[in-house]
Parts: sequence; structure tokens; C-alpha cells
Amino acid sequence: MAESKYQMNRIMVQGHNIFRKYGKVQALSDISFEVMEGEIFGVIGPDGAGKTTLFRILTTLLLADQGQAMVNGFDVVEDYTSIRKKIGYMPGKFSLYQDLTVQENLDFFATVFNTTIEENYHLIRDIYVQLEPFKSRRAGALSGGMKQKLALCCALIHKPEILFLDEPTTGVDPVSRREFWEMLGKLKAQGITIIVSTPYMDEAEKCDRIALIQGGSFIQIDTPENIKDGYANPLYAVSSESMYALLKDLRSCERVKSCYPFGDAHHVTFFDDSFTSEDLEKFLQSKGHNDNNISKIRPTIEDCFMNLSSPGDAS
Amino acid sequence: MKQFFAFIKKEFYHIFRDTWTMVILLILPMVMLILFGYALSTEVKNAGFAVYDPSKDSATEQITHRLDVSEYFYLYDVLTSPEQVEEVLKGGRVSFVIVFSEDFYNNMVHTGEAAIHLIMDGTDPNTAVTINNYVSNIILGYQQELLDRATLPYKINILQKFLYNPEMKSSYNFVPGVMGMIIMLVCAMMTSISIAREKETGTMEILLVSPMKPLVIILSKVVPYFFLSCINLITILLMAVFLFKVPVAGNLFALLIVSLLYIFVSLAIGLLISSVANSQIVALLISGMALMMPVMYLSGMMFPIENMPIFLQGMAQLLPAKWYITAVKNIMIKGLGFAAILKELGVLSLMALALITLSLKKFKTRLE
Repeated sequence: MAESKYQMNRIMVQGHNIFRKYGKVQALSDISFEVMEGEIFGVIGPDGAGKTTLFRILTTLLLADQGQAMVNGFDVVEDYTSIRKKIGYMPGKFSLYQDLTVQENLDFFATVFNTTIEENYHLIRDIYVQLEPFKSRRAGALSGGMKQKLALCCALIHKPEILFLDEPTTGVDPVSRREFWEMLGKLKAQGITIIVSTPYMDEAEKCDRIALIQGGSFIQIDTPENIKDGYANPLYAVSSESMYALLKDLRSCERVKSCYPFGDAHHVTFFDDSFTSEDLEKFLQSKGHNDNNISKIRPTIEDCFMNLSSPGDAS
Repeated sequence: MKQFFAFIKKEFYHIFRDTWTMVILLILPMVMLILFGYALSTEVKNAGFAVYDPSKDSATEQITHRLDVSEYFYLYDVLTSPEQVEEVLKGGRVSFVIVFSEDFYNNMVHTGEAAIHLIMDGTDPNTAVTINNYVSNIILGYQQELLDRATLPYKINILQKFLYNPEMKSSYNFVPGVMGMIIMLVCAMMTSISIAREKETGTMEILLVSPMKPLVIILSKVVPYFFLSCINLITILLMAVFLFKVPVAGNLFALLIVSLLYIFVSLAIGLLISSVANSQIVALLISGMALMMPVMYLSGMMFPIENMPIFLQGMAQLLPAKWYITAVKNIMIKGLGFAAILKELGVLSLMALALITLSLKKFKTRLE
């Protein structure tokens, strides 16, 4: 729906070979990417992978050591004032005034961005309605989910063209997380380009395109579907009664390429396709595991991430 | 303009909603003034003394009476033997003991060899010196009267006189000093902490990524503290005049002008600190250690600058507080006007200009 309304061919955000060091730590190395107008672009990776550094460079808060970045056609170094008028930014840490009420925070940020709550009410209405009962409560006394909604409201109040959300769902309960992503979907439908980072792999599926980031480098940029399709080996979920012994035995099997615990099953790949699930069943029974459950599954983004980021990867 | 006022309103919310900020801003200055005024002064009030008086004649009784009715001392005990002197001093209830020689009046009138022995508790030398001065003054005063009446041809006229502060009131010294200190404290410390807090909580990130200009952010941070400092200035002046009886002898308008200028300098220092400090605790330490200590020890508030080594004298010249305190003393105590503080006004103006330029230059439009 949104795709038909907006042409997805205009580049909104662009990075070229961005490098950035903190002291001796190379926080970002050789980051290049493009974000199209109207898409939700996810930066997915664990803590310390460089997500926040990248966001700060794009929001003109940090200078890159090397490389260029453009936001909405403006250079992040030369034209930073133009960029600051066009973007909404929600830092990873809750960054509103805890001693101001919900209403006061909103009013303040509306004024700072030269607008009023009424002017862009249509953008924030869905979120604001949920916040309204707590209007006169201090922001510091809100629940984690409510805080994030308020922060999103404040970042949206001036109808930005691009929204930068740095780990907006970290520390938020699952229900609020789901609601939050629904809201992002609605904002996307209004034509706002959204760049969002998250350490939660399951949220990657909700983005149009994602960049997997590890150790300061993008290891892959594509749609979630393409990334999953590109998973090299068949993937099996294996479970039995004694999961810990199972993990040890699976890892001891020389035909098993990778094996890691994943929720209530272990995800396993083999070195070659000649080794089948029947062979594995036999192997496990020889090790004394009965009641095994082996099934071929479609990889998730997390599987892809584990696969792509594992050192000494042969594929 | 709307942004500016919204920001100032927000700043006042922060101040009024945080109890400790309020305490530091409004109560602390008064507490400091009272502390310096009563507890830390070397002035003597209501010190007890004892008398050993073997002669008991009109002269000794007169002197004892005069000491007793003075506002500095009261007669705590009359001793009956010289052996009691040390005992009563050890008890700690008296600060000194007066021992008259025998046949005091007769000796004084006829031989001129009357002697008073003043035995002091020297554990606190500052107080002892002050007491010594007061007692000597009272006795000399009595002697003077006797000599006046006696119309003798030879008079020994010992005259002690202190210009500007005849009673040697220490409040004359500490009020300007505390003014210099409190304004520096409130302005520099509170502005730097409040900016550092925005950095620490991450709100500075959002403010930077907004159309607000850095100059507007800075100004709207400064204005509320400027306003509160003016309130503090008025409170301190009122307390100085009505509680400590320090007059504003000179031009009140000149006093206000130099104070506003000094507030401005202090705010600029606060801004400068905030450009270095990224957390509240760092801002607190820098303004506490690097500002308060020199202001207390080098500004001439506690120790006269003239007695310092040359190196420290040079350092003292760099302190805005030193110039401000000098100007305040000139106006409040010596009763002078604008003409007398032109040099101080000039130096403070230069400092203000240099500091505000520097802090505007150093204000970061990015995070680092």
C-alpha cells in the first residue's frame, strides 16, 4: 500500500566508506549503504557492534574519521543545520526530561521544533491517545513502554522526513514492542523514512531491508527474505529430553558443521547434504538419546546472523 | 523567541522541582553568610572572664565593671587566690583572667606602678589576640578618662584607631568575600551542572539535533541562573545590612553594576566548565575544586593578598573574585563611588568579554 503511494527510488540516506575510531577501538569500518525514501531500514546487531556510533554520525552528532554520509541530499558535515531541521531522532537512552510531565515534554519539544502539538496531531494521534491518561504524570514515573511512546511522540512532533530510532524497543515489554512496530508501520504509510536499530533479531522481519552489523562492519544488507533465502545449508531443529547432553553430543559429531541452542531446540547444520536427518537420528541413538525430534526448518534472521558472523566460516 | 521562552520555562521547572537545587540556590547562600558571620569570625562576643583582685579599690572595680558591661565580655567568676587562675582557665569557661596588683589605685595615682596581669587562654591565638586588643582598649580608655580629669601636665596618650572598621568587625571583611564566593558558586556551579546534566541524560543529543541555535541554548541556560543570582545578591545585601550591620556606605548603584558584571563573568565561567565536563560530577568537582578553593584562599577574603608569595599574588590577579571583592569593599565600607572602582570594572569587563567569547567558541555543535 505504502509502496504504491511513494516511489521507492529516491535515496534518502547514504553512507560511503564510513570509518570511525574511539581511541584504539575501531567502532565502524568501511560502512556503505543506501536507504530509499519511505522504507523501514533496520540496523541489526548485538550491543557494541557500532549501531549507536553510526546513528550519531548520521544525525550529525559525531564526525566520521573517514568517508561521507548524506541525509536527504545534505552532507552530514557541511549542511548539518539543514539536516537537523528535517530529521527526528530518538536516542537509545531515554532522553526526555524526567522531571517534566508528559504534556510539558511534548509542549517543550514542539516549541523547540517551531511547531505545536495541534499542527501535526494526525501524526501522533494514535500514540498520544494512549499517553493522554498520564498527561500530568512526570515522564520519569512512566513505564518503559510508555516512555518509548512519549519519546517517539516527541521525535515525531515536527513531522520529520526521516526518523532515526536507536534501539527504541530495548528494555520494553513484548506487548509494547509489538505495538511500537505497528506504529512504525503506520508512520511508514505516511511516507516517513525510518532507520531503526535493534539487537532483537525477531524485529528484523518487520523491516523492509536490514543491514546486519557485527564488530563495526556491515556483514550483509538485503531484505529479510533474501537474507533467509541465502542461508547456505539446510537447517534442522533438534530437541530431545536431555538438552544439555544433546548439545554436547551434537557438537562432538564430526559431520555437524554448527550447532547452537535456540529457544527450546538446537539449530544444527551439516557439512554436506549426504548426511541426512536419518543419519543424525542414528548417531544420536548411538549416544543414548531417545525421543529425538528432528525437523528441517526455515532459517530465521538470527540463524543467518550466527552463520554470517561466525569466525572461520567456510560458506 | 518562542523557543527561548519555552526553554527558560523548562529550566525553571527543573529548578523548582528539584529540592536540592532549590536548597543550594536559595538556602545555601544564607547559611554560608550566617556561618561566616557567626561561627567563623574571629570577633569576640560574650567571652567569660575571671578576676583576682587583692586591692578591691575604686579603680579595679571600675575596670572590672567596664569589662563586664561591654558587649564582648562578662564576669564569670571572682577568684580568691592566685592559685585558682590556672584552674579556672583549665575549666574552659573563661577566656582570660585579670589579675590586679595590690594597692592598685594608690600605686597608679602616686607611683605610676600599678600593674594589671592579663592571663589568656592561648589555645586559639586569633581569638586571644582579639581579646587582648579589646581588653587593652577598655583599660586604656579608663586610664584616659582618669588622666583627663587629673589635669596633669604630662599625658601619655596612646591612641588606637582603625580606619573604616573602627570596631574591627570581621563582618566588614567577610560580607564582600562571601558575596564574591556565593555568586561564583551559584552561577558557575549551577550552570555548569545543569548543562552537564543535559549531556548526561542524553537530552543534549536531542537539543543538538533540533533547529535550535547553540547561542539560544546557551542563553536560555544562563538567564534563569542570572535571575536567581540577582535574588541572591539582594538577599545577601539585605542580610548584610540588617543582620550584620554592614552599611552600604557608597554608591548603591555602582555596587549593583559591578555585581551584575561579576555575575556575568561567573556565568561565563560556568559555561566554559560545561564545555569540558560531560557529567554532573565532573562539573561539580571542577567548579568546586578549581573555582571555590582559589576564591576562598586567594581572593583576599581570608588571607591578605599582600602577605602571599609573589607567585600566589600573581595568581590572585587572575581571579575575578579578587577584583570584585576589592570593588565591593571600596563601595560598601569605604563609601566610595564609581570613580574608585573604574579599574575593577575595566578588568571584570575584559574578563567577561574574553570568557564569553571563549565559551561560545568552545560550545560544541556536536557531541565531541
